[in-house]
Amino acid sequence: MADEVVLLDYWASMFGMRARVALAEKGVKYEYREEDLRNKIKSQLLLQMNPVHKKIPVLIHNGKPVSESLIIVQYIDEVWRDKAPLLPSEPYQKAHSRFWADFIDKKLYDACSKIWSTKGEEREAAKKDFIEILKQLEGQLGDKPYFEGEKFGFLDIALITFYCWFHAFETCGNFSIEAECPKLIAWAKRCMQRESVSRSLADEKKVYELVLGVQKMLGVE
Amino acid sequence: MEEVKLFGAWPSPYSSRVIWALELKGVKYEYIEDDLANKSDLLLHYNPVHKKIPVLVHNGKPIAESSVILEYIEETWPQNPLLSDDPHERALARFWTKFIDEKSVPFAKFFMADGEEHEKAAKEVRDLLKILEEQALGVKEFFGGNEIGLADLALGFIASSFGVIEQVVGVKVLQASEFPCLCNWINNFRENPAIKKSLQPVDQMAKKKKKGLCAT
Repeated sequence: MADEVVLLDYWASMFGMRARVALAEKGVKYEYREEDLRNKIKSQLLLQMNPVHKKIPVLIHNGKPVSESLIIVQYIDEVWRDKAPLLPSEPYQKAHSRFWADFIDKKLYDACSKIWSTKGEEREAAKKDFIEILKQLEGQLGDKPYFEGEKFGFLDIALITFYCWFHAFETCGNFSIEAECPKLIAWAKRCMQRESVSRSLADEKKVYELVLGVQKMLGVE
Repeated sequence: MEEVKLFGAWPSPYSSRVIWALELKGVKYEYIEDDLANKSDLLLHYNPVHKKIPVLVHNGKPIAESSVILEYIEETWPQNPLLSDDPHERALARFWTKFIDEKSVPFAKFFMADGEEHEKAAKEVRDLLKILEEQALGVKEFFGGNEIGLADLALGFIASSFGVIEQVVGVKVLQASEFPCLCNWINNFRENPAIKKSLQPVDQMAKKKKKGLCAT
């Protein structure tokens, strides 16, 4: 029986992109369905498949929903395990990947959204936080090509999807991420050479336009 | 020879989860109680990023964040599994673990806040218990199905100490009439022999909590 895979998503969501990258790594065919979040319209399907949070991304596999982006990536890794393993096989390395992916989820999103949604002192504080977090992650990368060594995997996926938002952060915050974290940017460009990544990430210029639109709405320049 | 150490703190539900997982799997470990008001150098060395308990140290290697520790324990000691083999069931267990991890604020406010803030927290707690009752548990014996699983451990503080918090605060939210499945689950959870031996007698806990020790 053929697998039926649907992804409920939003084009600019770095969380949705994680699922897209994972599916592409595994070569899984799926139907992409865009939720109209810009106009705050959530489909019946989304409300039915994620009644608790009503958020994207949601992966629907043969009718059964999976929510929360990192949980979705692990699910994809476990179901389509014959190709391109995403999590390391060794338990301690797996724990390391999970720890730092959890760190990204706890710290990065809040820090970076404050860069474009606030101004003045608050924005400066957000920039400082954001760079500190990136530097910690850069420290974990070290001189390795990818976070877990020679192979692209789970932790790379957890972070790389923020990369298409960097242009918006830099422009709004008037700073250069590459100047602060050159190794991390080199890693990001390396990841972008993978088709699974370059095809899944949003266009950074379109992301910046989106941010400008939201800033206007919020009354923040 | 295996060396397993756990840095924990008795009031912490995150610490309890790890203890229960080790007990359920029959893993021998050394428990080190950390003073949260005065964190040890060793803890700061093992968890420099968050500086928090619990931290599991296995043959000298530290693992932090309770949900990460639980998955590590599951993979390292596969006996008495906490996760199903089925990927969808596993995803659900992880989902409910994350769900409760994001709800520490209303529980903390229920315990510590006053007046309007407390009323608001009580309503939030009731609402999320309703979600657990209807969407997570349903008619199952445990969140994991027939056996205690990852989600049961993550939610276990509801069985081990929520009743005490209700006593101390003087507000009863978890009524059997409104939450029959959850109340049934609490009994089943508490009766499990591995869990039972780590539960503190209720009156002892109530005394400790009244002395103002934080329970988040």
